Amino acid sequence: MSPDAGEVVRCEAVAMSFGNVRALAGIDFHVDAGECVGLVGHNGAGKSTLMHILAGTLPPTCGGIAVGGTAQPAYGVAAAHRLGIRCVFQELSLCPNLTVAENARVFHRTLRGFGWRRRAGALILKQLDTIFPDHKIQPGATVSDLSIGRRQMVEVARAFTVTDAPLRLVILDEPTSSLDAHTAGQLLSFVRRFVAGGGSCILISHLLNEILHHCDRVVVLRDGRIVAADQARAFTRDRLVAAMGAEAATARPTRVKVRQAGEIRVLARAEKNDGAKPVTARAGEIIGLAGLAGHGQTKFLLDVFAASEHPADGLKVTAPVALVAGDRQSDGVFPFWSIAENIGIRSLNRLKRGIFLSPEMEAEHAESWRRRIGIRAQDVHANILWLSGGNQQKVLFARALGSDAAIVLMDDPMRGVDVATKLEVYDMIHAEAAKGRTFIWYTTELEELGHCDHVYVFRNGRIVADLHHDELSEEKVIQSSFQEQRPA
Amino acid sequence: MSFASVVPSPGSLAQGRRLLRTALPAISLVLILAGIAWMNPRAISYLGFNLMLNLAIPIALATIAQMFVITINDLDLSIGFFVSFVGCVTAVWLADQPELGIAMLLGGILIYAAVGALVYVFDLPSIVVTLGMSFVWQGLAIMVLPKPGGHASEWLHRLMTFHTPFVPFPVIAALVIAGVVHVGLMRSSYGAILRGAGGNAAAISRAGWSLLKAKIVAFALAGFFGVLSGLSLIGLTTAGDPNIGAGYTLLSIAGVILGGGEFVGGRVSPVGAVVGALTLALASSSLLSFMRIPPDWQVGANGAILIIVLAARALISRREA
Repeated sequence: MSPDAGEVVRCEAVAMSFGNVRALAGIDFHVDAGECVGLVGHNGAGKSTLMHILAGTLPPTCGGIAVGGTAQPAYGVAAAHRLGIRCVFQELSLCPNLTVAENARVFHRTLRGFGWRRRAGALILKQLDTIFPDHKIQPGATVSDLSIGRRQMVEVARAFTVTDAPLRLVILDEPTSSLDAHTAGQLLSFVRRFVAGGGSCILISHLLNEILHHCDRVVVLRDGRIVAADQARAFTRDRLVAAMGAEAATARPTRVKVRQAGEIRVLARAEKNDGAKPVTARAGEIIGLAGLAGHGQTKFLLDVFAASEHPADGLKVTAPVALVAGDRQSDGVFPFWSIAENIGIRSLNRLKRGIFLSPEMEAEHAESWRRRIGIRAQDVHANILWLSGGNQQKVLFARALGSDAAIVLMDDPMRGVDVATKLEVYDMIHAEAAKGRTFIWYTTELEELGHCDHVYVFRNGRIVADLHHDELSEEKVIQSSFQEQRPA
Repeated sequence: MSFASVVPSPGSLAQGRRLLRTALPAISLVLILAGIAWMNPRAISYLGFNLMLNLAIPIALATIAQMFVITINDLDLSIGFFVSFVGCVTAVWLADQPELGIAMLLGGILIYAAVGALVYVFDLPSIVVTLGMSFVWQGLAIMVLPKPGGHASEWLHRLMTFHTPFVPFPVIAALVIAGVVHVGLMRSSYGAILRGAGGNAAAISRAGWSLLKAKIVAFALAGFFGVLSGLSLIGLTTAGDPNIGAGYTLLSIAGVILGGGEFVGGRVSPVGAVVGALTLALASSSLLSFMRIPPDWQVGANGAILIIVLAARALISRREA
């Protein structure tokens, strides 16, 4: 690997430690102009750390960074921006209280003086039009009013806007995790156009097909080291999974179950709007909610949740409910609490001695779930933020499964979770369903619907398809999701 | 804002909600005015507004000061005694030794900026730091002017009691304050950064902006408007008192919240804050006097009105959400 003129960025022997934990163990990594590099690995493999180092937000413990063949001894956020290296972080970095245009301003120091709002709005709108032609986002809209998918679109588009500084490399960390299949496709095809025009991308994704189909080169990280690096053509899904150190994802056939005649736990009758289908969920069933992101699936889950406490019109819920949040940072974890407290919060009534909460019982409860669910933590008293994203999500599962809830609602809970964790969670869901629990599972990943006994497809807040497990196919789901796309 | 799209998208619904939220402070002001008009129609006149709203101007300025601090997710518990301190300096020195007076006021703004830096650098809770500072300002005010006295500069008194044609001076002053701050915070390019620092500080710092500078700027602006508040107050009362601004801390916080601001998240509105301050000033003095509530009970009634108005806002906001 000799440095050539077309090299955008090169790291040499870059290592990073957080206290005693070594996140990166001295890796060499480079990106050339006009290529898209896929970066894959478990949660905790060091992908995010490497990305933060490249973006200049974390100074490496040791090692050197060169941009365009020139060593950068004082590399930081400002230098990265000046040299044309941008990053779309997994946790959104938009200001929710500002408008779309104002967020573009935050990114570009030159957007100032008279008329900056108009220029910022035009800049971001043009880029949104280029990447997501039918985005329907207005530059004057406040970000907090946008759905999470639209926010992600704004964030991605913003990273590709150009004013004074050049644009050479865009790092995309799980850019499609909150996008539906349609917009994700738009983004990935834009990435190919961008790369064809001489730009470079680093694509981090847990969706291996995205990596295999849209990257030129793939780098696999494991435990802070590069364990495989090759042309994307040379990889197959199985080889990638093997390199990451997980069991093959496709090895296990999807379980087929018969719809049981268990008691009805949730019954949502057809709403007033015509043609909407009723939803039934029985004991022991796994019910899938599908469709494009943001078409009413989350709202349905929240309605069910609310109906379990206060009776609602047309919605009958007959058992206690627990919710596994998908947006774990804002709806899931209590960031200042320990792992044990985060697990116990849904079960406080069972963890009391007399009228007081018993820390011993709470720790015991958490410890038993830590072992059952395989949360990678030394101590349940540690702060939850010490865990990687996938393990934080496991804590949220433990909170729901450890409670008395007979109905578990899941709001696209696998966002940004690594393959191995997903497989463990799937097994757990099947095991719990076999014991009679009901799962209502909203997912944006079509593969996951294969785990469901019954799938309802949402479109514009209504259910447009009602599919049994044996009549389920990706084509049918996609077809229904895009139903009425163009009104006649 | 546009409602152009035919299908009501979530965006336009949210915009409608925001419109309602923005109109709330104005609605509460109109309600209070209607109450006053009903009890005493003669108060709704040029002279009436001049009398009723005069003391609202210092409150509005203190509210704007508080709003800058709330913009960046902090809270200033020292603004009331800072206004007292400014008032005492103004009454004692500004008329007779203007250089010394101006230097002390500028020093006050610098200390405010330093408090902002302190809060950021040591990651201290602003409530604790400004609570401490409130005792510092109170102490300084008492040292400057141990008992009520002093006198206002002639120009200051003239300015504050100026009789503008047709529209009462306090109304014009309120419009100017709201307009200038609105342009500065909501329309300027650095204003967006300041509000962004309250909305998502990590995003602002990742984009290469200095959060230290944002804190310093916000606190310095709070100090600046605190100085204006103290000056205008002495222009009206013509004498200083170390406890003159004691009630301003809570009034300013209530004004910001009543005006549609939120404690965290960089969601503030300068126009709303000024309207909120006017509403509180009217509700707390004029309305109560017209209702013939004895002075002994006015402070308590004042608090009750505050609770009712803020509770109404909270209820309406919740229904929107």
